[in-house]
Amino acid sequence: MGTGEFFTTKLAEVVNWARKYSIFQYPFVTACCAMEYMSVMGSHFDLARFGAEIPRFTPRQSDMLIVVGTVTFKNAPVLRKVWEQMTEPKWVVAFGACASSGGFYDNYATVPGIDHIVPVDVYIPGCPPRPEQILDGLMKLQEKIQNGPLLAR
Amino acid sequence: MDAREIAERLQAKFGGDSVTVTAPAVGDAAVVVKTALLLDVCRFLKSEPELGFDYLRCVSGVDLKDRMESVYHLYSMKVGHGLVVKVVLDRAAPEVASVESVWKSANWFERESYDLLGIRYTGHPNLERVMMPRDWVGHPLRKDYVEAESYHGIPTSRPDPVGGKDA
Repeated sequence: MGTGEFFTTKLAEVVNWARKYSIFQYPFVTACCAMEYMSVMGSHFDLARFGAEIPRFTPRQSDMLIVVGTVTFKNAPVLRKVWEQMTEPKWVVAFGACASSGGFYDNYATVPGIDHIVPVDVYIPGCPPRPEQILDGLMKLQEKIQNGPLLAR
Repeated sequence: MDAREIAERLQAKFGGDSVTVTAPAVGDAAVVVKTALLLDVCRFLKSEPELGFDYLRCVSGVDLKDRMESVYHLYSMKVGHGLVVKVVLDRAAPEVASVESVWKSANWFERESYDLLGIRYTGHPNLERVMMPRDWVGHPLRKDYVEAESYHGIPTSRPDPVGGKDA
């Protein structure tokens, strides 16, 4: 833009645009899906292309809680506490069949889906999901962020 | 030394009816010890130089419906031989002396057996649940365990979308 030129936009649109390309994530990694998570974070599939570059290993600096793997009843309070420590705006992704529904663990110890504990924005199916599915899931989340509200959710 | 030779040593020390040997067609031969004698036998197995069982590899609990068993897999680093020791427990009130004072590794193994099968190890310094949450009801690996409908308001099962047993 040259001197004196300007453009107008809606505040929500530009803020959400910034948000969707700067998703800091908290990987809550409990099980074998972690292998696919590592793969998607690595150079080959490279989640950094979508701005979701940095895993912050503190929930206080994260925007996206990504639950990778099986959650047991014993672990459930830990997951809840991590989610509660995240500041708004925050989003939750259930990574893989176990996080989404309990997966093939239909037993006494496994939580049948993390949506009993925290609200989930995007479910990624698969046991484990392929990296492409995770990229797709992230793009779905970006869509949701772009069309979401500016302030309270 | 194999299980039979070790059993003979134990019988010489603790009396003829203190131990028996089971040698199944498949799997390891085991020495079945009288429950009341377990702690003394374990001390002897560890301290006797020719036996020298300095390593407790695993403690398992088994629910056999009419009885319970606590199984100890031992190994001797010095001598290079192994041994399986079993005690048979009353299923209504399974209780046996803790061997934590002999091998420290028994600590968590016995907690696991207590947690999942309800076997009480007397003399254990901290017999708490180790795998399930502390307020869990029941011992999940018992054959007659009935799964609770929910835990703290979270259901333990889910509807089956394709019409399985839960549908």
